[in-house]
Formats: sequence, structure tokens, C-alpha cells
Amino acid sequence: MKLNKVCAALAACGLAVGFSAANAQKLSDDKIVIGFVTDMSSLYSDIDGPGGVEAIRMAIADMQKDFPGKKIELVFADHQNKADIASAKVREWIDQGAADVIIGGTNSSTALASAKIAAEKKKPYIQVGAASSRLTNEDCTPYTVHYAYDTIALANGTGAAVVKSGGKSWFFLTADYAFGHSLEKDTGDVVKANGGNVVGAVRHPLSASDFSSFLLQAQNSKAQILGLANAGGDTINSIKAANEFGVTKNMKLAGLLMFINDIHSLGLPTTQGMYLTDGWYWNQSAESRAWAQKFFGKMKRMPSMLQAGDYSAVTQYLTAVKAAGTDDGDAVMAQLKKQKINDMFAKNGYIRPDGRMIHEMYLMQVKTPAESKEPWDYFKVAQVIPGEQAYQSLANSRCSFITKK
Amino acid sequence: MELFGIPLPALLSQLLLGLVNGSFYAMLSLGLAVIFGLLNVINFAHGALYMMGAMFAWMGMTYFGVSYWVMLVAAPLLVGVFGVIIERLLLRHLYKLDHLYGLLLTFGLTLLLEGFFRSIYGVSGLQFNVPEQLTGARNLGFMILPNYRAWVVVASLIVCFSTWYVIERTKLGALLRAGTENAKLTEAFGVNVPLMVTLTYGFGVALAAFAGVLAAPILQVQPLMGSNLIIVVFAVVVIGGMGSIMGSILTGLGLGVIEGFTRVFYPEASATVVFVIMAVVLLIRPAGLFGKEK
Repeated sequence: MKLNKVCAALAACGLAVGFSAANAQKLSDDKIVIGFVTDMSSLYSDIDGPGGVEAIRMAIADMQKDFPGKKIELVFADHQNKADIASAKVREWIDQGAADVIIGGTNSSTALASAKIAAEKKKPYIQVGAASSRLTNEDCTPYTVHYAYDTIALANGTGAAVVKSGGKSWFFLTADYAFGHSLEKDTGDVVKANGGNVVGAVRHPLSASDFSSFLLQAQNSKAQILGLANAGGDTINSIKAANEFGVTKNMKLAGLLMFINDIHSLGLPTTQGMYLTDGWYWNQSAESRAWAQKFFGKMKRMPSMLQAGDYSAVTQYLTAVKAAGTDDGDAVMAQLKKQKINDMFAKNGYIRPDGRMIHEMYLMQVKTPAESKEPWDYFKVAQVIPGEQAYQSLANSRCSFITKK
Repeated sequence: MELFGIPLPALLSQLLLGLVNGSFYAMLSLGLAVIFGLLNVINFAHGALYMMGAMFAWMGMTYFGVSYWVMLVAAPLLVGVFGVIIERLLLRHLYKLDHLYGLLLTFGLTLLLEGFFRSIYGVSGLQFNVPEQLTGARNLGFMILPNYRAWVVVASLIVCFSTWYVIERTKLGALLRAGTENAKLTEAFGVNVPLMVTLTYGFGVALAAFAGVLAAPILQVQPLMGSNLIIVVFAVVVIGGMGSIMGSILTGLGLGVIEGFTRVFYPEASATVVFVIMAVVLLIRPAGLFGKEK
């Protein structure tokens, strides 16, 4: 009996200490729950997936010290690249009070669906893995943050660089869903703005596996550049077939969204010299290297931009919760849009009113086998693109609550 | 010269490419048809075993430095042995039950196998190059055909038609077919039917693995490569008629060609055209184009 009382007293003290130390945070259910929906098992699961989960766990572990006595939990789900599964999961988590913030993973269709639900429920939706620029334009919401990259930045990077180096006429090989369409449109705009022209496009179903028919159509177009507006396994299969059919002899390939994992699986002999745009590279600074080594220790592969972005997004979210002293959606969003982002992912990054996180992007060139000194040493930075140039300016925004102002 | 607004050479080249894809469909649906015909099992693990063929070939070449040509034979043999073990340990107990149990068991196996390889290799794919002897391409006038693709068509046609010949035209095939019709009576003639069934399953999955090794240099080699294909292949089997050997070969090639043409006329529908055809065939001929009503 006596022992019980002592325990209770100690617990009360502990709670009290925790409470004051955490700046009297008002947390719903006295804990923070982070919900993460991404492709855990299918074509995009290497670039985000289980690696993304691990990155978020690393962020929680690093931030826990700022929330003494409070629990920070992670729930995650595999959306299997289906928008209905993603949005149903997000709705379920928020309705049951089981998530205070949603981190969005790969696949733009799932992202567009989830963003709507999060906004309806007034919870922050930080989108890392999906690329469609619609997230901060036609489909913007006051609760969406688009964190790592988008189709406009990819277009501005690779598209502009290739046109400037003489690749004037383009043909697109496009994945037939929201992301591919955005990437094709945004890159086409950049190509035209730089004096190039688009001669045609062919749209293939997601996970098409055989690309030879599409590549022959591309070859017949006589364009100089074949823009690959697809991702993951689709890009890999396109490049493999393009090499095989000799398309690479008279057309140059421009991979519009390629991750380090894709280069790893294709190998340098097939990809050397290709340009791609990336928002982060594990070897870009001492800080990023240190974090990447930690990640490598757990996952046995180097992190992609998305996995680094997941870590950074959660870190910034928790920083905002601490500063706001609450996990209330509106308060945290206001704080997020105020704070500067300086971590291993971005320097002097900031979140614009439309939800776009502005940070430097990099035009990378794939190294030749001779240039590569160690495993995963694949990129050299061809150009650093300042955030304001990489992303669409607010003046061109098609976001309803921005244009109204 | 033009046909439906598309230049003839372009159509010809799509026809050829369709045949290449069709030969994969043919080889896989052939294995399924043989297994269904003799074991009455809907082998959902076919895609996973196709993937294992490619994976084993990659492992042999990467870890042991074995040549592609050796692995083209060795990988199907290994997968065949694996198939024999599956049949002896697991499938054997389900023959008396409804088809559904075999389907569920093999579906479960698929998830296990894919999960196993995914946890080791991830899904980005493994490097697999075209064997040196077959790199390069030749100009056929209307198109450039990579040598390797030509080899795929030739190899798969040889394999498909020899299988058909063995089953439909030889003594061994006759025994196999007799065993399917009436196992008891065939056993009474001194034929070891259970052994025959085991070897048939082993052969069927070895065919899948062979297709996997053939596909490895041109497609992304990764643990889920079979699941993208298997649904289409099942549709092919349904269209051709469950259990019909020649039916599955011809349907496989034919659908490959139709899919190829769809990629020119309306690329967006190329992933669905097979299923539309399946629905139409099921409405008109529920037993499939080459199947017999029971």
C-alpha cells in the first residue's frame, strides 16, 4: 500500500516535470501520432516505403528529447498505389483520433486524394514522396505542405538544361496517371519557354513492363530527345529497352524523375552521362553524409531524396509542434509557414503560403564507371538551382486561395 | 502504304514485337494449362516461379560467375526441383478438394516467395545484361530488331511446340492424358500416376522459370516481376480454354499481337484490352476459344 502511494507520487512528479519541461504542450490525447501512407510493397517501395518508415523512426528518436514524458508514435499503411485505400486510411486515422499529422508517400493519385481528406479534417498533410505540382496549384489546401520536390522543379532542372545544351525537339513517354500528366505538361512548358518544341507523346499504363512498342513510336517521331515522364520500374524498363532497340543512338534520353535507386539497379555503364534533377544527394555535405551512413547501417542501402525528406519533414513538424506548444492543426500550420528549415536536407528552406517548401535543387549528371570511387558514388552536381528558380513563382500560382488575395 | 492511318512498316514492326510478348504469354500459359490439365490445380504461384527463374539465373551469374547459357538450363531445373518439393509436400493433399484450395495455397506461396526475395533484394531491380553473343540488333528494313528479341521468339516457339508434340503425339503424352482422364484405370495398367503428376508439375514450373530467364535481360529483374504478368497470363488461359495445350499457345501469341496493336492505336488501353477480350469470350464461349464444354 505504502509502496503504491510512493509510486503514484513519483509518477505525478514525473508527469509534472515532463509537463513544465515541454513548455506546457497541449497535445491531443497527450501524445503525438504521425501517420505515414506510402507504397510499402510495390514499384515505389525502394525509393520510399520501409526506408521511409525507418527515416521517420530516426527523426522521432532524435526529437524525443524535446518532448519529455510524451509519446511520439508512428502509424503507417501500404496504400498499394490505390487512391481509395490511401484516403480511406487517412480518414480512418484522423476520425479515430489516431493521427495528428499525415506524411504522404509516393504516388500522386494517392496524394491528391489524401490531401483533400486531411484538409477537410484540418490536419497538416506533409507530402514528401509524390511529385504532381497540382498539390500546390489546382488542388492546393491550407493544410498541405509539398516538401521535397515537384514536377515543375524537375522540369525546370532537367528540361531547361537539356534544351540549353541543344536538345530542341522532344517526344514524351508518359505514365498514364496524374503524376505522368503533370510531369509531361510542366516539362513541355519549360521546353517551349526555352525555344524548344514538343513533337508528340505516348501514354503507357502504370507498370507496363514492355516498352518496345512505345519506343518504336518514339523513334519514328524523329525527335532529338526522349523525355521519360515516368518513374521507378517503368523508367528502368524504358531505359533497358531503349538501349536494346538502339533508340539511344539517334535520341538522347532525359529521365525526368530518377532516383539514386534507379541508377543503382541499371548500373553506370547504361546510365553514364544522363542528367537528372534531385532535391538531395547523400554525399552533398558532411551533415548529409553522416545521416546517410546511419541510415545505411539500418537499411543496407543509401537513402533517396524521399527518405531524407521524410526525416526532415517529421523533424520540422515536431519542431513546429514544440514551438507552437500544441498539436492543433491550424496552429502548427501557422508555425510551419513561419520557421526556417535548416537541417541535413535543406539549407534556408521555407514553406510558402501555398504550401510549397522552397529549397535548392540540383541538376545531377551520372558519373562514368571510372569516375565512381565507392559504392553508391553515382552523381556529380552539374548545377545548383536556387529554390526560387527551381519552383514555380507565386505569381504564376493556380492555387485558389493565393490567386484570390 | 498505310493501313488505318498507320504506315505499314510500323504495323509490321508492332506485329513482330507483339509476337515477342506473345511468346512469353504462350510459355507461361502453356505451363498453367499443362498443370491444370493433369493436376486440376490453378497454379497461382506460376508468376513467382517465373520470377525465381530470373532470380536464380542472376544469382548463378553474380555469385558463381556461371554463364547465361548454363543458367538458362540450370535455373529451370532448380525451379523444377523446387516445384517437385511443393507438389510432394503441399499440393498432393489438396487434389480431392475444390480448385479453390489449390488456388489459395499457391497464392499464399506467391506471397511468401515474393516477400522473401523482396526482403533481400528490394524492388528496384537487379542488373542483368543481354548475353554478349546476342547484343546488337539487325535492320529488317521496316524495323530494327534486337538479336536478343529474335532469340526469345525462336526459343519459346521451339519449347512450346515440343511440349505440344510430346503431350499430344507421343506414347508418354498418351499416358499423361490417360492419367488425367481416369487415374485409377491407368494405374491398373501399371503406370505410376502419382510420380507422373509430380514430374508434370515440376515440368510446368520449369517452363515458367525458363520464361523468367529469357525475360531477365529485357525486363526489370525484381521480386514482383511475376505478379505484373500473371494476371494477364490467367486471362490468356481463360480465353484459350483451361487445359487446352495448343489453345494456350495460339492464344498467347495472338493476344501478344493484339496488345501490340493496341499500343499503337490507343496506348492507354493496352493494359486492359486482354481483359475486355476475356469478358467477350466468356460471354460467347464460356469454355474458352479452344476448350471443350464438360
